[in-house]
Formats: sequence, C-alpha cells, structure tokens
Amino acid sequence: MSVPVALPFPADTTAGGFLLVLAILVPIAGILLIWSLGSRQTERIALATLAVGAALAFAIGAELLGTARPVIYLVGGWKPPLGLALRADGLSVALIVLTAIIIAATGLFAKGQFGFDPAGPEKRGPMMFWTLLLGISAALNLIFLGDDLFNLFVAIELVTFTAVPLVCLDGRTETMRAALRYLLFALLGSVMYLLGTALIYSLYGTLDIVLLKQVVQPTPLLFIAVALMTVGLLAKTALFPLHIWLPAAHAGAPAAASAVLSALVVKGSFFIILRLWFDVLPDGVSQFGTQILGGLGALAILFGSVIALRQARLKLLIAYSTVAQIGYLFLVFPLATGTGASEPWASIAWTGGVLQLASHAFAKAAMFMAAGLVYDALGHDRISGLAGAARIIPLTFLAFGLGGMSLMGLPPSGGFSAKWLMLNSAVGEGQWWWALIILIGGLLAAGYVFRVLVPAAARPRIQIKAKGPVSRCRELVALTLAVIALAIGFIPLEPSAMLQIGRGVEAGVLAP
Amino acid sequence: MILALLFDTLLAVAMIVVAVWMISVKNAFAAIIDFMVFGLLLALAWLRIEAPDVGLTEIAIGSGATGVILLRARGLARDRDEMSATPSIGFKILVGALCGGVTLGLAALVLMPPDPAPTLAYAAAENLHLTGVGNPITAVLMAYRAFDTFLETVVVLLALLGVWSLTPDRFWGGRPGPAPAASVPAPLTFLAQWLVPLGVLIGIYIFWIGADEPGGKFQGATILAAMWVLLMMAGLTDAPPVTSRRLRAALLVGPAVFMAVGIAGFWLAGDFLAYPPDFAKPVIIVIEAAMLISVAAALGMLLAGPPMRESEP
Amino acid sequence: MTFPFDTATLYGLVGALLIGIGLFGLIVDPKPIRKILAFNLIGAGVFLFFGVVAKRGAGAGFGGDPIPQALVITGIVVAFSATALAVTLVQRLSQEEAAASDADGKDRP
Repeated sequence: MSVPVALPFPADTTAGGFLLVLAILVPIAGILLIWSLGSRQTERIALATLAVGAALAFAIGAELLGTARPVIYLVGGWKPPLGLALRADGLSVALIVLTAIIIAATGLFAKGQFGFDPAGPEKRGPMMFWTLLLGISAALNLIFLGDDLFNLFVAIELVTFTAVPLVCLDGRTETMRAALRYLLFALLGSVMYLLGTALIYSLYGTLDIVLLKQVVQPTPLLFIAVALMTVGLLAKTALFPLHIWLPAAHAGAPAAASAVLSALVVKGSFFIILRLWFDVLPDGVSQFGTQILGGLGALAILFGSVIALRQARLKLLIAYSTVAQIGYLFLVFPLATGTGASEPWASIAWTGGVLQLASHAFAKAAMFMAAGLVYDALGHDRISGLAGAARIIPLTFLAFGLGGMSLMGLPPSGGFSAKWLMLNSAVGEGQWWWALIILIGGLLAAGYVFRVLVPAAARPRIQIKAKGPVSRCRELVALTLAVIALAIGFIPLEPSAMLQIGRGVEAGVLAP
Repeated sequence: MILALLFDTLLAVAMIVVAVWMISVKNAFAAIIDFMVFGLLLALAWLRIEAPDVGLTEIAIGSGATGVILLRARGLARDRDEMSATPSIGFKILVGALCGGVTLGLAALVLMPPDPAPTLAYAAAENLHLTGVGNPITAVLMAYRAFDTFLETVVVLLALLGVWSLTPDRFWGGRPGPAPAASVPAPLTFLAQWLVPLGVLIGIYIFWIGADEPGGKFQGATILAAMWVLLMMAGLTDAPPVTSRRLRAALLVGPAVFMAVGIAGFWLAGDFLAYPPDFAKPVIIVIEAAMLISVAAALGMLLAGPPMRESEP
Repeated sequence: MTFPFDTATLYGLVGALLIGIGLFGLIVDPKPIRKILAFNLIGAGVFLFFGVVAKRGAGAGFGGDPIPQALVITGIVVAFSATALAVTLVQRLSQEEAAASDADGKDRP
C-alpha cells in the first residue's frame, strides 16, 4: 500500500537565490576552463575563480543579513519533495564565507608552487592542484547549501574525489598509502550514509531537510537511519576512534593542501552531522546520542593532544592537534541540545561551537602553512632541529604562535571565545564534566605548542643556516590567517543573532 | 505465480552463494569473475523488482565496467600487497558476529516496513507531461533532479582527473596504459572489426530510446566506451595522450553544455536548469547527447588507466 | 502454497545479507583489491534497499517509485568512479613498491 507524499515546500526562490547556484557553478566553470585552455592560464584562471567565489560568498552573506531570512533557490523551479532546493541559513553563510576566505588565502599561498611555469610544457602538479582546490571549493559550497540528503551525498563524494588525490599529490609511496586508507574510510562512510538515506526516504518519501523537520516523528527507524548516517560521516570527519587515517593523510599532503584538508574538508562532513542532529531530528529527543558524541569528542581531545605531545615531526604534531580540536566540535552536541530550562545555555554553546569551528579553521590553516615554510627554510620539519629557527623566519613562527594561542584558548583569541562560551554553557547546564575536559585540553595544547615555540625562539648554541629562501608574501598569507583567528576573539561573547537565522522553529516559517 | 516465486527464491539463493564465494575464494582473479557473475544476477533481480533502467545500468557499469577495471588492477597488483596483518580466527569470529548482527538488524527493518509506504510516483507522473519525456526515470534524472545529474557528470570528470593525478610526473602528456601489443591475435582484430560498428549502433540506440523507454546516456555511453576499449585492445587504435585537445574537448563538452543550458534557463525559462516548456524534450536530448560523448570518453579513459608511457616527441 | 514474503521483501533480505557479507570482507580481508570488491558488494546491498523502497512505492501506473530508482542509477555511477580511483591507487602503490624493492636489490621472492 503506497500513499502519495503531500508536502508543499514552504517557500519560493528568494530574490538573491541565484547567488547560491553561482557559488557552486563558478568553481566548476573554473575547472572546465583550466582543462580547455591548458597550462599557461592555470593559475590566473584559478585565482580569478577564487576571487569571484569570495565575492559571491560575501554577497550571499549580505543578502541573508539584509533580509534576515534564509536565502532559497528551487533548482529548475521544481519544489521539493520532487525537486531540489538550495538554502542558506545563518550557519551556512558563516561557513561559506569562512571557506571562501581560507581557500582564496590558500590559493595565494600556493601561487608559483608545484613547479608552475607558464612558459613551459604542461605539468601534472599545478594542473591537478588548482583543479582539486576548485573542486573542493565547489563541493564544500554544495554541502553548506544543499537541502536534500541525496544531493549532499553527491557533495560528500565530490569532496572525497578531490581530497584524496590532494593527499598524494607529490606521488610518494607513503602518501599514496595514506590516500588509499583515507579513500577506503571515506567510501565506507559514504555507503553507510547512503543506507541511512534509503531508510529516511522509506519513512517520509522525501529527503529535503526543511520538509523532514516538519514531519519527523521520534521513531526507532529514524534513529537507526540517523545513527548510520552519523557513523558514516564520523569516519569522514575523523572523530576518535575513526581518526586513524587522518594524521598520515594530513601530514603527508603538500602544505597548501594540508591547510585546506585540516581547516575545511573535515568540517564539511561535520556540518552534515550538525544538520542531521539539529535540523532533522525532533528537538530534545536524542539526549543519549548527544552524550555519546560528546564522550567521543572528549576522548578525541585527550587522546589527540597526548599523541601530539609525543610527535617528532612538526606536520604530524599539527595533524594530531586536528584530531584533538575536532573533539571540541562534538561537545556542541550535548551542550547545545537544549531542554526547555537550559535553552539560553544551549544557544551559547551553539555560538561557541561555530566559533570553535571558525577559529580552528583559520588557526590550523595558518599553522600548516607555517610548517610548510619551515620545511622550505630548513629542509626538514623535525621538532628537535628547530632550535633558533624563529630567528631566521620570525614571521612564520609568529603565525604558528598566534594560531597556537587559539588552539590553547588563550585570550584574546577566537579559540578563547569559543572555549569560554562552551565552558560557561557546560557549567550553566550542570554538565561540569565537559568543562573539565575543555580545561585539560587547553593545558595539553599549551604543552604541544610550546614544545615547538620555546626551542624555536631560543638562542641556538650552533647557528643554523637557512636551506632556501622563504617568500615574504607566503609568510604574510599565513600570518593574516592567524591574525583572523585571533580577531575572532573580539566578536562579542553572546549568542549570535545571525547564526539563528533560518534555524529551529522558524526554519519552515518563511512564506510572508 | 508459483513459478515466479520459485525463480525469485533461486535467484536470491544464487546471489548469496556467489557473494559468499566471492569473499571467501583465495584467488583474486576468481573473485573478480565472481563479482561480474554476481552483477548479472543482480541485474536480473532489478528486473524482478520492476526497475529495468537500474538493471541495464547495473549490467553496463556496476558489473561490466567495474569488473574490467578490477581486472586491470589485478594484472598489475601483486598478491603480497596487504594493508594490514592477516587477521586471527578470534578476530574473524568477532567481526563475523558483528556483521551477522548488522544483517539481522537490517533484515528486521525489511520485515517491518513503514506502512503505508510514502511515494513520489504520483507527483512524478503528474508532472511528466511538463518534461516532454515518457520515461519517468529520465524525467527525474534530467528534469526534477537534473542538478544531481549535472553534479554526477562533474563527479565522473573529477574521478578521471583524480586517476590522472596518479600519473608519474615523467609520463605526463603520454598515452594511458601499456603500449599496444606488437602482434594482436587475428581473431581479436576480426572481432573488433565487425563488433564495433554493431556495438556503436546499439549504444546510440540505447541512448536514443532512453527518453521514453528503459535505457539512457549512462548505459549507452558504457557500450560506446567498451567498443573504444575493444579497438584499443585489438591494436586498431591507441589511447589518446592526456594532453590531447580532442580528448579534452570530448571530456568537457557534456558538463559544459549541461551548465550552459542550465544557465540559459535563467533567462529562457525563469530558472537555472529549467527548460522552455515547448522545447523541453529537444533540449534534454541535446544535453544527453553531449553527456553521451563525455561519459563515453571518461569511461574509456578510466578503463585505460593513468598514463604509463613516455610522451612521444 | 503460501510464501512468507512478497518479492520486494525477499530482495530486501538479500540486500541485508549482502551488506553483512561485504562488511565482513571489507574488515577482515587484508588485500586492498579484495576490500574494494567487498565495498562494491555493500554498495549493491544498499542499492537493493533503495530498490525495495521503490517497489513498495509503486503507484500511478509505474512499477516502482521512479525517484529512488533514479537515485540508484546516480549511485551506481558514483560507486564506479570511486572504484576506478581506488583501483588506480592500489595499482600505482604496488608499482612504486615494486620499483623501490627492485632498487634496494632485496626483492622478496
């Protein structure tokens, strides 16, 4: 016995809706141009595309803030559930803008790298790097804007197909092994996600997130579906204990690629988990699940930080620090699942979580770039050989240090604001154990950051020599990102109004 | 009725037996052949649950093209490549219990379906006349959810570029795969000579009827790609170098036309990827024809693999 | 003769078994090529789930709900692309390792 689905999508395309389509199409158009025009124009096309992409991201942000309503586009004019919608709420806009800035900065950092030579014959490295960078940009924008769970599946596959080749761009055996491991984890994650999608369709006959929020009932089948999808996405986000692919993959990639992988790519799958738990599941019915996610997050913080303390190589230290910092993101789940009385604390935790995501993205991109510059300057990234290195490349270590401040949660930095908000909400909600974890995590982060900074800043017994020149311009890119991570700390410490646009009860109430 | 039940039961048992065999057989080559046999059985299953379009896709891509690619890898991968230690019996029992639990849980879900089952079949039927095509699957792929399909062509293109990114630097600009054999067995050449024209016709036919009957661009493109690979194997043609302009044009025309038509929709039909009401069907066929070329080129190059030869002067 | 399941349920159960068998192979078999095969088996099982959902949603004169069927077609093409990328990685990895062990002059038998 089958029944037709009768769910009108509650909104039409909004005035600025076409911007959402362009945000996804422009990077793809860039890829088509690169491959049709050949190697001479590669960098120019890619950088121009990234600039247009950044302008589009800001335009979408302006549209959202101007109307104080979500920006919506119904593709082909077909309304969900039959068609596909793109939708930007406050959270999407925060992530689109963040992604546009970091990818554009990565583009500037990578300019002239990978043996790019406009006069010479076409080379694999630059063609591939710029293609994959644009591909990641399109795929992440689709993740942040997609409103259909299967459309999001295509998006996470696009992320996989662009992120995995980036890991082994240098073609060394170790990086190919890391890439293969990453790929297998990602594929298992995709297939679990897809299974959950099938179950959700069998329940409601739609995969549109806004429509689902209106019809979901707390049934066991729905929880099973969301659990399958969550575990699949956790494998891609590298939450402990599914993190084992991450350190080798992120540390092995070229510095510019590591910056994007650690700062942005893992956040893509995390974003879909947020959508599932806060924008699909009925409110406040998943206390047990949120405590588990928070617990895994806590373990990730402790485990990742302790292993980071023991690393001999700078890039691996930063990669393990990513494992730990991802853990903080998952504390949002127990803290932001508000039940009546604790609603204000929940929205504080929500803002804290987004600040953590943003400040970690900027800080981590800066730190991986700094590690790449250290390698350029010294020819290695062994932590034991860094004594006095800050005297050769002070700006690089300044960027590393400012990024590290954010990881430790020292004021005034974005990391401080994020952790302070989460700490407050943990205490306010009487879930003091998360507060303890946040504090311990900060101390451990201080341990691994100072392990690098203290010897680097010291006067060395033997003067070390630079192996190669370091571009001032590239140092400034890393420093700028680190300064942004710091500047996020000056955002007022209160629940953000923008992040609430199009969320919660008003998600469906869009028609005038 | 009883005959149908008997057939279904036999097919189900055969699929499970082949699947277990595929996982347990020692020899990788045997496992890959099993996989292709499994694909044929699976395609039959798709016919039995009234999804002939999916069945055709499964035969063409799921079992055919996937099997050929796996065979290519097996020829080059050595048996001793292992990602982890050989597991102990205890570990196997533990994993077996876990997987058994997963199966039981999923089986319970199948046995207790949501009732009544929600469906979009009515909505798809009501709007079918607006799309101009007769096959509802094509309407979903090219109209209702055309954006998914556009992104899928990008996925295929990026997968090929990802495969090319694994080229050793010194071979960039070279031709994919190993050099053609100096002497090809005469029967193979003969087979290629008479099979290829026929195959190309069948591929184009399957693409053409896809608008109204089961079939379509992906299935048609796979047959075209298979014919191309057959020509390469028979030594009648060689894979083009990755820098070839004609190859790149063929790879890009599909996504480019799809995107251009989509953007033209902003002005001509009021929305991205909307088609002018009276011209929906011809526009869809133009996009599909461009995609046929690109998907066939991409599949053929995926089957050929990354460049493994020096570029010629 | 009564049969306990309808056609859709029968193939749904096959799907559940395929996912279990594939998952076992993916975790237990150390060889990457076999892991890729097992991944495709899991994929086949998941696609069958979509097929069952489609069959149960039959209506309006269609033998099945066309939306999940179309999703499976997209899914098969994506899974093929993933397999191609994974297979190429495995192949390149073993070539590099073979080259490295040849260079060392201590190639294991």
